[in-house]
Amino acid sequence: MQIVLNGKPCDVARDRLDGVLEELGYQGAKVATAVNGNFVAGPLRAETWIKDGDRVEVIAPMQGG
Amino acid sequence: MRRFYGVELETRLLLGTAQYPSPAILARAVRASGAEVVTVSLRRESAEQRDGQAFWELIRELGVRVLPNTAGCHTVKEAVTTAHMAREVFDTPWIKLEVIGEDDSLQPDLFGLVEAAAVLTAEGFQVFPYTTEDLVAAGRLLEAGCEVLMPWGAPIGSGLGLNNLYGLRSLRAHFPEVPLVVDAGIGLPSHAAAAMELGYDAVLLNTAVAKAGDPVAMAAAFAQAIAAGQAAHAADPMEPRDMAAPSTPVIGKAFLG
Repeated sequence: MQIVLNGKPCDVARDRLDGVLEELGYQGAKVATAVNGNFVAGPLRAETWIKDGDRVEVIAPMQGG
Repeated sequence: MRRFYGVELETRLLLGTAQYPSPAILARAVRASGAEVVTVSLRRESAEQRDGQAFWELIRELGVRVLPNTAGCHTVKEAVTTAHMAREVFDTPWIKLEVIGEDDSLQPDLFGLVEAAAVLTAEGFQVFPYTTEDLVAAGRLLEAGCEVLMPWGAPIGSGLGLNNLYGLRSLRAHFPEVPLVVDAGIGLPSHAAAAMELGYDAVLLNTAVAKAGDPVAMAAAFAQAIAAGQAAHAADPMEPRDMAAPSTPVIGKAFLG
């Protein structure tokens, strides 16, 4: 299925958020996630189903003022 | 000494981490400033580049407390969601809450700010709201549960200094018990010293150090200015007056006319 990852189309096979992150190569990374604009806490990723067209945001620390 | 949600800060400079020429210069500037708190943010992470992971390692090595921001958020929902994500990533209840209302000045949307602050404090966040010197908004933010206020000195990144001295002085006088931080608009160490002389508890700045020709030297200069301003306020400055008052005693002066 195709999702929108950080604003760009992206094909994934797995259907739960933790699996999608693993498939995309985020293992071990310090990131936070949101699906369709809603925050998904780390412990809830394993039970968050991803469907075609979902907007997934994966964010991490960066410089800020 | 006023505390920041129970935390005592020896160095009253909160330093931003953006726009430095290199990560190494950022690290040296933070050390030179003596800052115990640095601001950080969140952005999209690429699985290939993992820039965020490298940045996080750098911050951890500095051993400073982090104050994550909600920079760039224009709505309450965006700001609240960003705060949730920041709390998870940075493992802190502290959040520098920005809800931007106007793009040219990056002026905070005070209505959205109060609303978002109420939501977040109810959820256990310790909110540092980026606000203006508006007294009514300040009162509403305190009612919403904020225990620190961060009025702007001037628009973010402008370097104009303290645009509204009267407003900042009024805010200090109205809320004598509240920790107040001038956040944004500082361009020179003298601006930071002036904020501390007004009785502010700290200064938050980024661009003035990061965009200086020598950020490390400028960080050190700010540290000195802030310490001087703080010491001057504690020493109870004289009241200004309009007319001259001779400092050299006139009694006993020789008549030479």
